[in-house]
Amino acid sequence: MSDIWTMIWKESKDLLFQGGWKSLIRPFFVIGIMGIYLPLQVGADWISLTPIYMILVLWVPFFVVISFIGDAIAGERERHTLETLLASRMPDRAILLGKIAATVLYAWGMGIFSLLLGLVLVDLLRTQGNWLFYPLDLFVDALILILLASLLATSAGVLVSLKSATVRQAQQILSIGTIVFVFGVTFVLRAIPANVLSSLSYPQFLLSVMVFLAVLDAILLALSFMSFQRSRLILS
Amino acid sequence: MPEPIIRTEHLSRFFGTVKAVDDLTLEVPAGIVFGLLGPNGAGKTTTIHLLLGLLEPAQGQASVLGFDTRTQADKIRARIGALLEFAGLYERMTAEDNLELYGRIYHMPAPERRARIKELLTHLDLWDRRKDQVSKWSRGMKQKLAVARALLHHPPLIFLDEPTAGFDPIAAAALRNDLASLVAREGVTVFLNTHNLTEAEKLCAQVGVIRQGKLLAVGNPDELRLRTGSPQAEIVGTGFNDQMLALLRERPEVANVVLQNNHLTIELRGESKVAPLVSLIVRSGGEIEEVRKGKASLEDVFLTLMEEERT
Repeated sequence: MSDIWTMIWKESKDLLFQGGWKSLIRPFFVIGIMGIYLPLQVGADWISLTPIYMILVLWVPFFVVISFIGDAIAGERERHTLETLLASRMPDRAILLGKIAATVLYAWGMGIFSLLLGLVLVDLLRTQGNWLFYPLDLFVDALILILLASLLATSAGVLVSLKSATVRQAQQILSIGTIVFVFGVTFVLRAIPANVLSSLSYPQFLLSVMVFLAVLDAILLALSFMSFQRSRLILS
Repeated sequence: MPEPIIRTEHLSRFFGTVKAVDDLTLEVPAGIVFGLLGPNGAGKTTTIHLLLGLLEPAQGQASVLGFDTRTQADKIRARIGALLEFAGLYERMTAEDNLELYGRIYHMPAPERRARIKELLTHLDLWDRRKDQVSKWSRGMKQKLAVARALLHHPPLIFLDEPTAGFDPIAAAALRNDLASLVAREGVTVFLNTHNLTEAEKLCAQVGVIRQGKLLAVGNPDELRLRTGSPQAEIVGTGFNDQMLALLRERPEVANVVLQNNHLTIELRGESKVAPLVSLIVRSGGEIEEVRKGKASLEDVFLTLMEEERT
């Protein structure tokens, strides 16, 4: 466990807070859209967390993760720091888990921050009545969904980063992959017969999405662990 | 006799049809600087990767600190320090954080870690710049920091892969001095990959010469000179001609004669005397300004071994 904390500490120093202001443009842009622009446009309805707003918030981790996860392995390879790390006593699993944990925590944090920022703004702009909060059950569902989406984006990012020669290549593949995923999900949702969707209650729909994301997470994480091997990485 | 700190037996690694390391059998005793000397692409880096258990050998076996590189690589990596082909520093982090990271990786307690970082950075004159981002440092400073990182957790053995490659002569000499003083102070065994003959001559108690994955010779530099390089006489002067060279070559004590401009190099068989040869040159019309007799340099040994292997 201490090895994973060491890797999280390292990632936070190297990636998250040391990349300069340019590396923060994309996350702040995403927060600007999801945490400020959309809640202001929607107004008090935002707090109801209807399916469409819930799905919008779910994209926050994807856009945040693309900036960082490509750098996690392809970047280390490009800057020749990975070889030295692999020559140390740090176990493979701790290196990978540390990178995943740091990125997931960051993306999850950004998602929660966007939600809370939107809430505060909507409440501030309401001129009458008490302060409102999201319905607690939906807020908890949103936290779980953002976490699962963060894990999905991160584990997909790790896989792409492992196969990419450069950070730029990894980021390009992830950007295209995210767009394909968005269209794919939209296509699948449209393909499901309307009576099936309407037969599901909102909590049942959210639970189905959670299960779908959890299964994808498990598959991608397993693939990441299988691909992250010292002898392969040293040759790449 | 103490157990060697590194032992390889018929160690081989191939990449496709290329034999990167070919039947390498080697023993490195503890407490010395061992230099693996070879040209680029000779298999030096692959040898280090094999010894660290980062690559599986195709054939043969190796042990480092008594641990098998195939089955106990994690134990090896937990006990050694390494400065590989690239410094491998996190340039967006500060120098202090780079060492802090590796101190944490090797589970050094915080007070010990801080004291050790201060000790090493002070010794290398880097303490005042510890809060700088590494990206702002010169190449020489970065390499010194990477050496400090390799020594941070008091490993009994460190691997250095071409630590002065690409440095200008002054920076290389400065880093070599720092390396020599640190190694002597820490009492650590060093496995040094280099293609720099001066480096090998100055730092190494034992040298192995490798080419195309094959170990051509191993021993201390003096032994190698005796084994491989013949004693030679260098004569500087004028009036050297083909007839004179032919006469010299006929002499039983002369193995070879090479003339370059006004510089005559006579390779001798055994410990022959030079005076009769000087006399012959003078009688044949040569005018001598300077005569030097000496052993072959490590460079001569290296070039001879490379030539022998090629032919």
